[in-house]
Amino acid sequence: MKPIVLRGARVIDPSQSHDGVTDVLIEDGKIAAFGRGATRDGAEVIDVSGKVVTPGLIDIHVHLREPGREDVETVATGARAAAAGGFTAVCAMPNTDPVTDNQAAVGFIVKQAEAAGASRVYPIGAISLGSKGQQLAEFGEMVGAGAVAVSDDGKPVVSSHLMRTALEYAQTFGIPVADHCEDPTLFHGGCMHEGVVSARMGLRGIPSASEEIMVARDLLLAELTGGHIHLCHMSTRGSVELIRRAKERGVRVTAEATPHHFTLTDSACLGYNTNAKMNPPLREDPDVAAIRAAIKDGTIDVIASDHAPHHYDAKEREFDDAPFGIVGLETALGLGLTELVRGGVLTLPELVRRMTTEPARVFGLPGGTLKPGSPADVSVFDPEVRWSVDAGAFQSKSRNTPFAGRELWGRVERTIVGGKSVYAR
Amino acid sequence: MSAPALAKDLLGIEHLSAEQIRLVLDTAEPFKEVSERAIKKVPTLRGKTIVNLFYESSTRTRTSFEFAEKRLSADTVNIAASGSSIEKGENLVDTARNLEAMRIDMVVIRHPASGAAEFLAKRIRSNVINAGDGMHEHPTQAFLDLLTIRDRLGKIEGAKVCICGDILHSRVARSNIWGLLKLGAEVAVCGPRSLLPRGIESLGVRVFRRIDEAIQWADVLNVLRLQLERMQAGFIPSLREYNRVFGVTVERLARAPRKTLILHPGPMNRGVEIDSLVADGPQSVILDQVTNGVAVRMAVLYLLAGGNPERAEAAKGGAE
Repeated sequence: MKPIVLRGARVIDPSQSHDGVTDVLIEDGKIAAFGRGATRDGAEVIDVSGKVVTPGLIDIHVHLREPGREDVETVATGARAAAAGGFTAVCAMPNTDPVTDNQAAVGFIVKQAEAAGASRVYPIGAISLGSKGQQLAEFGEMVGAGAVAVSDDGKPVVSSHLMRTALEYAQTFGIPVADHCEDPTLFHGGCMHEGVVSARMGLRGIPSASEEIMVARDLLLAELTGGHIHLCHMSTRGSVELIRRAKERGVRVTAEATPHHFTLTDSACLGYNTNAKMNPPLREDPDVAAIRAAIKDGTIDVIASDHAPHHYDAKEREFDDAPFGIVGLETALGLGLTELVRGGVLTLPELVRRMTTEPARVFGLPGGTLKPGSPADVSVFDPEVRWSVDAGAFQSKSRNTPFAGRELWGRVERTIVGGKSVYAR
Repeated sequence: MSAPALAKDLLGIEHLSAEQIRLVLDTAEPFKEVSERAIKKVPTLRGKTIVNLFYESSTRTRTSFEFAEKRLSADTVNIAASGSSIEKGENLVDTARNLEAMRIDMVVIRHPASGAAEFLAKRIRSNVINAGDGMHEHPTQAFLDLLTIRDRLGKIEGAKVCICGDILHSRVARSNIWGLLKLGAEVAVCGPRSLLPRGIESLGVRVFRRIDEAIQWADVLNVLRLQLERMQAGFIPSLREYNRVFGVTVERLARAPRKTLILHPGPMNRGVEIDSLVADGPQSVILDQVTNGVAVRMAVLYLLAGGNPERAEAAKGGAE
């Protein structure tokens, strides 16, 4: 493979505290040099002046639906959607059918990702067999096959004993335990945030306390065990406050938030819009403000999409009966740039950090840096281009997004994985 | 003078103006008389086809719509969830599109999911009338309640109306709250806190914790049915205790400072939310509500079919 020089871009690499115009040389799938004038004889020079170059974006929370629901997404289509969204690596949740709860299943995801040859896909193994919340899955064997974390996402870990054990046992392998925080006994058929909007619409609500109860429990168990708890898709101001206080007292907690939770409120459900139905649900203005502030101050470490493809038919029905979740890989960067950077919450380097260096750190992944010697996973985007979200043009097999038609800033120009362009406009 | 017409569909009261609500009530007045005739039929909707699509069991509402349609000479078909393709797993949008392919004019839909009527209305060209969607709205019930209150009190404005019982799960409560507030009534709710939606006060209603306080305050009590399932789901401990704490009884009504008007949307659980002596007593207008139900549904059908409200009297025409 010919060496590549990315010339003249604004290069932002939070891992080296770098933000300035420079050149990046890629050779043999690795970052070979970083600095003005970096080049190699015979290199392909790509002029990216006016663009932004960053370490490849990493999304630690996606659902790729394979095996089981290949009609709505596969590892290959998900990896291509990731590439189109500027992500060079994603972490696939194990709530497949059958559940990814053993080394063979983890190995299957790895194999499918290699065959796809798009963005990297790191499997997450289940915490419990079948994600049934009873017996621990074989963390060690799954890690051996390529799993980078464990989670029963889609469902909470109901048993406090099981969560305690998982937090203890995971320490042997140095992996985080990621939890979908929800008290199932408060669920009661809820399909959106419990508040004034749900009262008007006559829809059963999911109270904020449903999430916060489990956040509080998980923090206490992380404190008890010394384990690393990772809290998925945080949605409430109460959760943010609990995490902030836990971090102050040294609990090993990391947390993520999704673009939809820092962008939309429960009023997006009005008109019974099933593409605004997700779990955790869209909350209220003060929650959105708290999530944004937490992303700014580091209480929330990572932005992750919770990419959740569903079939058109499944969403084209009564709100009560539609499934939870939206696709997010191809809108995450644009929402971050539009809502957070142009919205005055973050600087561009701060956004890049929450989508590159931090996810790599939280899940212990390679990447998230442009230091020479690192894998050449690189994202190139143009922050000055405004585009309109066209769900029909998604690489993902599914189109379930509440952002269709929305104008976003920042278009992905090129995505490079291991020195190879897996997406180019 | 052009009157404030209704939109294509009647989905709820929340998005109607006070003028639109008054239009329906005023249009219902001349239609009341049709049901008092020996031959209860006028030719107003002759040639129109209407489907009554009921995904939930219903006696009162379905029959009331059917009489309203038949007395206006429409051709009607009833479809119930059981015994139809719905039972075979056909989804709502396919059912609706198939019906529309038969060139129908209107669909009256009752469905257990909130938003089902709006969902349908966005996907078919026919007029859609919401006959109750989940916990959301039941607009024709609100119209008949408003008409009944107006008949008895002379006006809605300034009336103190308390809706009692399971507000959380009630589409009747939501439609009544919007309609009463828009017409200038004072509205309160009373029930166990576990059966009131969070944030209900923000809609502009006051909350009474005890039924006795509500009775002291109200001109009108609209007593909702308490469903047995609420006890099984753990919202209240027992129907017996509900009756003791929240039941509208003769003894409690006797302490009211005025003759409180009693409404109930039915079907009643006698001895639970309402005592038989109250339901059958002189202050009860429960059967007037049912009579008015046919008239307001005739008005809604007439207006959605494009009828001119100023000609509703003439539209009755002669008996066929």
